[in-house]
Amino acid sequence: MKSFQGKTLRWEWREGGIELALDHEPANEIGTAMLEELEVFVGAFGALAPEISSCIIHSARKSVFSAGGDLRELYHQAISVPEKERPKAIRSFLGRIHAVMNALDAAPFVTIAAVHGACLGGGLELALACDMIIADKMARFAFPELRLGFIPGFGGIPRLKRDLGNAVVRDLLFTGRTLNATRAHAVGLVAQLAGEGEALRIARSTAAQVAKYDPVARAAAKEFLKPIPREESQDEIEIFCELFTRPEVMAALKKFVEDSGPMPYLP
Amino acid sequence: MRTLEQTTQEVLNLATKHFQLPAGSLAPEDDFFKKLGIDSLQTLEMLSRLENHFGIELPDYEVQGVSDFKTLAERIQSRL
Repeated sequence: MKSFQGKTLRWEWREGGIELALDHEPANEIGTAMLEELEVFVGAFGALAPEISSCIIHSARKSVFSAGGDLRELYHQAISVPEKERPKAIRSFLGRIHAVMNALDAAPFVTIAAVHGACLGGGLELALACDMIIADKMARFAFPELRLGFIPGFGGIPRLKRDLGNAVVRDLLFTGRTLNATRAHAVGLVAQLAGEGEALRIARSTAAQVAKYDPVARAAAKEFLKPIPREESQDEIEIFCELFTRPEVMAALKKFVEDSGPMPYLP
Repeated sequence: MRTLEQTTQEVLNLATKHFQLPAGSLAPEDDFFKKLGIDSLQTLEMLSRLENHFGIELPDYEVQGVSDFKTLAERIQSRL
C-alpha cells in the first residue's frame, strides 16, 4: 500500500521513502481513530520494507506535532464503564498502542519524526519511537501526565530512559514542563535542529542520505542500537492502569476536559 | 544587561510581530489572553519565541497564571 488516506492521517511514497502526515483536528490527539489508522500503517510495513529506506512522520496541523493521547476520549470511555472494569478497558487500549509503538520502534527502515510546534505526552512517545527527531526551533516537548496524576502510558518512560540521562527524564516527568527545541537538542532528545518551517525539508534531506547505505548493515545497526524495552513497557502499562483509575485522576481529568479556557487546567 | 523596561518593550515587539499586529497596539498591562485571544498552543509558540529571542529557558510553571506582558517581562528578567 504505497499511499493511504485516512480520517486522522495519510501516507504516501516519496523518493524511496514513506511520508506519514498526522492530520487530525484539533491537535493530532491519539485516540481510537488514530490508533486504528496507525495499526493499518504498521500492518503495511511488511509490504513496504523491501522498497523503502526511510519513513518520515510529520504533522499537517499548524503549531502542533501532536498534543498526545486523546484525554477526552480516554476519560469518557473510562467513566462509561463500571469502575472495576476500567483497568481492563484501558489495558486493552494501551496494549494496542504499545504494539504500534514497538512496531515503529523496530521498523526495518530508518524512521524520522519531523517535529514542529507542540509535541506532548503521547505525541512525544510517538516521536521517541522513531530513530531520530528533527525539530523546528519552535518545537516544544513535554510529558505533562504527572500534572494530572498519572504517568505516560504509550511506552514513553522506557524509551526516554533508553535514550537520555536520568536527570533529564526526571526533570521532564516531575515538572511536566515543556522543553524548547534548543534545550531538547542539547540534552540529546533531538538529533538535528531546523530553522522555522524547515523540519520536513531537513528530514527529507536526511532520508536521502540514509538511502545511500546498505539496508542490511542499516538494519543490523538499528537492532543493535535500539533494543525494544518490552518488559519495562509492560510494567508501565500496569502502573498507568493502577494510577489512572484512581478517583483523584478522574477528578483532575474531569476538570481538564471541561475546561474551555485558553490554558487547559493543569496543576 | 537589559533593564526591565527594555525587556518589556522587547516582549511587546515580539508579540506584535508574532501575531502580526499594528505597531504600538500592545501595552505592558494588557491581558494577552483577552487582547490576543490566543489558545494554549499559541501560548507555547509565544513561549518558544521568547526563549529563542532572550536565549533563556522559562519553565511553564513560572509563567502559569501570568496573563499580562509586564509580569511576563519580569519573569523573563529574572532569568537574564
